[in-house]
Amino acid sequence: MGSYILKRLISAVPVLIGITVIVFLIMAMIPGDPATAILGSYATPDNVAKLNRDLGLDKPLVARYFIWLGNMLTGDFGRSFSLNRPVLDEILERFNATLILAGTSFVICSVLGVLAGVVSAARQYGLADKAITFVVLIGISIPSFFLGMMMILLFAVNLKWLPVSGMYAIYGGGDLPDLLSHLIMPAAALSVVATGVIARLARSAMLEVLRQDYIRTARAKGVGEGRVVYGHALRAAMVSIIPVLGIQAGFVLSGSVFIEIVFQWPGVGRMLVDAILKRDILLVQGGVVFVAACYVFFNICVDVAQSLLDPRIKT
Amino acid sequence: MTLLTLARRSLFAAAASAALATGMGLAPTASLAQTPPGVLIVGQIAEPKSLDPAAVTAVNDFRILVNIYEGLVQYAPGTLEVEPGLAESWEVSDDGTEYTFKLREGVMFHDGTPFNADAVKFNFDRMLNEDHPFHNTGPFPLAFFFSSVASTEVVDDLTVKFTLNEPYAPFLSNLAYPTGLIVSPAAVEANGADFGRNPVGTGPFKFAEWRSNEAVVIEKNPDYYGEAAGTDAVVFRPITDANTRVAEMLSGGIDMMVEVPPTALSEFRGEGYSVVEQAGPHVWFLILNAKEGPFADKLVRQAANYAINKEAIVNDVLEGTAEVAAGPTPPAFAWAYDESLEPYPYDPEKAKELLAEAGAEGAELTFYVTEGGSGMLDPIPMGTAIQANLNAVGFDVKIETYEWNTFLGEVNPGLEGKADMAEMAWMTNDPDTLPYLALRTDAWPDQGGFNSGYYSNPEVDELLEKARVATSQDERATLYKEMQAIVQDDAPWVFVANWKQNAVTTDRVENFTLEPSFLLDLSGVVKN
Repeated sequence: MGSYILKRLISAVPVLIGITVIVFLIMAMIPGDPATAILGSYATPDNVAKLNRDLGLDKPLVARYFIWLGNMLTGDFGRSFSLNRPVLDEILERFNATLILAGTSFVICSVLGVLAGVVSAARQYGLADKAITFVVLIGISIPSFFLGMMMILLFAVNLKWLPVSGMYAIYGGGDLPDLLSHLIMPAAALSVVATGVIARLARSAMLEVLRQDYIRTARAKGVGEGRVVYGHALRAAMVSIIPVLGIQAGFVLSGSVFIEIVFQWPGVGRMLVDAILKRDILLVQGGVVFVAACYVFFNICVDVAQSLLDPRIKT
Repeated sequence: MTLLTLARRSLFAAAASAALATGMGLAPTASLAQTPPGVLIVGQIAEPKSLDPAAVTAVNDFRILVNIYEGLVQYAPGTLEVEPGLAESWEVSDDGTEYTFKLREGVMFHDGTPFNADAVKFNFDRMLNEDHPFHNTGPFPLAFFFSSVASTEVVDDLTVKFTLNEPYAPFLSNLAYPTGLIVSPAAVEANGADFGRNPVGTGPFKFAEWRSNEAVVIEKNPDYYGEAAGTDAVVFRPITDANTRVAEMLSGGIDMMVEVPPTALSEFRGEGYSVVEQAGPHVWFLILNAKEGPFADKLVRQAANYAINKEAIVNDVLEGTAEVAAGPTPPAFAWAYDESLEPYPYDPEKAKELLAEAGAEGAELTFYVTEGGSGMLDPIPMGTAIQANLNAVGFDVKIETYEWNTFLGEVNPGLEGKADMAEMAWMTNDPDTLPYLALRTDAWPDQGGFNSGYYSNPEVDELLEKARVATSQDERATLYKEMQAIVQDDAPWVFVANWKQNAVTTDRVENFTLEPSFLLDLSGVVKN
């Protein structure tokens, strides 16, 4: 097992280097530069040239890439132009917020999705199955940002049960109940689509397993239905459900961009959108590399979990 | 029937009736705490970049800064004219190159260090002198506002003298701009590059706290020399999404919001809110390529001005959040604005006649439109309305749309060989700025200016050069008015709109007004 994990970790290195090259080139190639974004109407060629010099953007592309990469390896991600603070501080703070949001959503969609799928499969073509399939279809079809706006209208503006946006109350907040009251809506809106996708795939994975001979044998031996479904079938179905969860984790992470904007959640997605619009090169590069590294790491975790469940996968 | 089913049913009923009640707009029960009295919560459009006035360029950041800091001079309330601030009085030498300021006595920075001539010199040297030990706390993108300053001298503790390279009339209004706000030298020395997150000034509020991406909090300065602030604290919350900002306002999460989207204004016209509007030094126009193509002919440029229905754009597209522009200078510069100037009327027939006279019927035009951007209002709907108007009189307009930074990269280097017209908007602090940078022959893009349409009229050039070195405001006013009349007739641009800045407050907020400068002075505001 140890050598398998090591192998996966080593294979991640070229992926990460590739990501640094790609994000660096994209930021270098997109039209518009940070100096123009900062100066706005006052971006005369003279002013732009001077500001680029002050920002260290007048060096050749290759030199800039290696300076950036070298600094990053020592833990220095540079300083953000648009926020005037170290990039890494900003990313860590923001990533924490995204992790709370995406993590909560991921738990919600995994638990609800798998549960709905299992219940559906266990009662195939029954009332519960039909009801769940119907609700799931609606869930998959609603764009999360739209759902988010409608939730704000209903629960915050009209009913005034929940705060509209942000992560903590501006006054007198900061504790767990305060965080939860701000978290409910964005986490729910973010998890809806993923819940639907997981439910559908969990259902078909379960149906597949429930048709197997050993399930029939278990039933014939008089094992209780609950134990058959949750003990025997689900365990086997998890092998095909877990990769889906891995993919959905990525989906939740990227979907959080829209939700973070609608709910003003101070996460990494909103940060990246703002940074791109302001051509804050170092913040975009640092943020993308950081998120990509997390994603790669998460995928390794999923693969390892899968190999634990199904020893045939380990090579 | 089991207890569980019963509970489930009543839950369903409750949810259904709640949804029904909301749907029918019945009064909801408020369970969330209201914002506390004495604390004003302002919904801003973005997280500030920094609270160092020399380092920032965005109005969003200025709105916080003007409450913490003060400049040597400031805009008199309700105008764009300069009045004393930290300087009690000043004298200008006859040749217009020496400005001597007498400073207010007994003013302290929030950190307890005294405000004096040394502090003023420190501020300008830091920005302008590359050898200054704290020049590295920059970059200072708008330092060129003061590029005419050759030296800053401490005459005595309360007297400071600026010597300029050449006479430069906008110097005083540039000092009143947020770039000229005075920071505490001791605080810059203590915090270095992080000064922008630990700001110290002399204003009616002092900095309390900056929680990244959540709020900037400023508190009443108890030792302020002038009239004390009307609130105990002001909280600036960055809420980038306009719809979310509106929802926060409707739910009572904020007391005031700026830059209300035109379509949301009607939500606030009733009970419980007040809408505040103020025209500012903003002009939205179309740059016409006067060097080549159909717009090289003045008649065709005038035809475009007649063909576009500006009333419809400001009333229907912008829902009344702007006024029709008459010329290159916004009316907010009251002293320099030519009141007699009438906007080009909407007259498609006249436009067709002019086109026929110029022999330019059916001319194909490439029109650069942006997706958004500072001061650009609602550029895509405005662009399509303009396209329809122009097509109606016989042009054939093709729109090309760009993201803002890309757009600037296309337009600023000049339209030659690429396009016939482009959207543009400017907000400035002096009537000199825009025409000087965008209408002179010496301001063509190849010479580092913003005259992207290559307009050239020696008379206008001369008037602008003269106005820049004139020392009396009356003389400058005459020159600017003359310039406006010529430019309007030459029609290098289509003059479209002057934006009215807006803000909404709840009825718990009193004494709030917007300034033509677009800055947000909150010292007198009371929150009940």
